[in-house]
Amino acid sequence: MSEEGEALVKIRDLHFSRGSNAIFRGLSVDIPRGKVTTILGPSGTGKTTLLKMIGGQLKAASGSIVVDGLNVGELSRNKLYDLRKRMGMLFQSGALLTDLSVFENVAYPLREHTDLPESLISHLVLMRLHAVGLRGAKDFSPAELSGGMARRAALARALVFDPMMIMYDEPFTGQDPISMGVLLELIQTVNTALGLTSLMVSHDLEEAMSISDYLVVISEGIVVEAGSPEQLKSSTSEWIQQFLQGKPDGPVPFQAPAPDYEAQLLGKL
Amino acid sequence: MSNFLQKFGAYWLGKLERLGRATLFLFHLVAALASLVKRPSLLVKQLHASGVMTLSIVLVSGLFVGMVLSLQFYNTLIDFGQEERVGTLVALTLVRELGPVVTGLLFAGRAGSAMTAEIGLMKATEQLSGLEMMAVDPFKRVFAPRFLAGFIALPMLAAMFSAVGVMGGHLVGVEVLGVDANAYWSQMHSSVSFTHDVCNGLVKGLVFGFVVSWISIFEGADCIPTSEGVSSATTRTVVYSSLAILGLDFLLTAVMF
Ligand SMILES: Nc1ncnc2c1ncn2[C@@H]1O[C@H](COP(=O)(O)OP(=O)(O)OP(=O)(O)O)[C@@H](O)[C@H]1O
Ligand SMILES: [Mg+2]
Repeated sequence: MSEEGEALVKIRDLHFSRGSNAIFRGLSVDIPRGKVTTILGPSGTGKTTLLKMIGGQLKAASGSIVVDGLNVGELSRNKLYDLRKRMGMLFQSGALLTDLSVFENVAYPLREHTDLPESLISHLVLMRLHAVGLRGAKDFSPAELSGGMARRAALARALVFDPMMIMYDEPFTGQDPISMGVLLELIQTVNTALGLTSLMVSHDLEEAMSISDYLVVISEGIVVEAGSPEQLKSSTSEWIQQFLQGKPDGPVPFQAPAPDYEAQLLGKL
Repeated sequence: MSNFLQKFGAYWLGKLERLGRATLFLFHLVAALASLVKRPSLLVKQLHASGVMTLSIVLVSGLFVGMVLSLQFYNTLIDFGQEERVGTLVALTLVRELGPVVTGLLFAGRAGSAMTAEIGLMKATEQLSGLEMMAVDPFKRVFAPRFLAGFIALPMLAAMFSAVGVMGGHLVGVEVLGVDANAYWSQMHSSVSFTHDVCNGLVKGLVFGFVVSWISIFEGADCIPTSEGVSSATTRTVVYSSLAILGLDFLLTAVMF
């Protein structure tokens, strides 16, 4: 085991492409242990892809991802599965199993990986569901949940196995102010109370700033800036300022790479 | 010209690559079967979903096919005064050919397409990724139970198809057209061999079950994860399964009979 204080996830010189689309071009970043880290970046830069690579679902073309001392790309299948048992992941879409009720969805990791008695499972599941405000919806099927509820149910499932690290892909999308507040608090509490490491992707800057200890901004395949919320706010980079203030004009392109607009409209291409 | 050759080559290379992937997928699938020993409930659920839910359409089709066969054979045989052979011919046709083949086609359309669509949607909605991130192998929990269920269900359905077809033949041949009931059954009894006819028919059912489940599950797992991708994967399942069944049937018949 690595010692306290060392980064839990160490990414070095990561390269990855989807077809001809180079998504990461030498990305290096450390995710500190026991902290809340948020990854920011324009839509489509590969934040979800990065989380999937940390979870070992996609393999890097070159470079390394080391999680808790283990090189994810080189692990055998069994070792990778053992590592994943210690990671929770909240997908952008929730990814609940549609043929199981909410309760069974949350109980699923416990049933798969442990032989706990039914009473204890029920206890653990209800506790998690209560924490996300869905105890009353335990017998619903995922199809009966709203998008925000589904994401909270998925959060309960990601937490039920007490992981060492949890990855959230845009946990706040589609949450009303109240559940947003509850989620913020929940993410913070599990982080301090259970001592786990949180890695979050979010577009909600203010919320992300308020709970994160560390922020990483990625764009065009590399880390543009990383630091505490204060450091980022006082950054002199024009890029960061444009991104944080959400201005449409500046060095951050809003458009996906495209040919000249006028020429295309005039049919010259 | 060279452009055409290039496209032609790329097309077949793509097909071959896909075939290679499907073969690797099959190895993986077979290796995952052992895990079902610990979780028989998953298999039971899939047997219900693909077997029991296909039963009604198989029984109804079997009845009609048996009735039609009886009618056609009677009309031909009556000219030779051989109409009591109707039972034999109906039974042989069903047990050797139409039982497994038609059941296979129905199974591909009813259960195979459903399997592809279900797995494809699980992929599109990230449920398969979700399982992997929970350290659960989709091969063991999602694919293997469906595969084995298809393998077990199809021969059983084919046997029921043939059984009901023989009854349908009896209904038309004996009850309506007036063939002697005793002749219908005793001729059938003496000319249909259990080892040669019935068992070979079952083997065909097993082979078709294997191929249809393999195609259905692979197409689902390999589809492009969008609604369009799932719908074309479902179509491919039905088309490829049907072609595979008809082609293999010829080969098997050539070897067996
Ligand atoms: N299955 C796929 N096949 C091909 N390209 C893909 C696939 N998934 C994602 N991409 C591409 O990879 C890039 C990164 O996608 P990703 O989902 O990681 O973005 P993101 O940063 O999470 O965006 P968002 O904030 O909108 O969720 C995108 O440009 C996308 O076009
Ligand atoms: Mg994303």
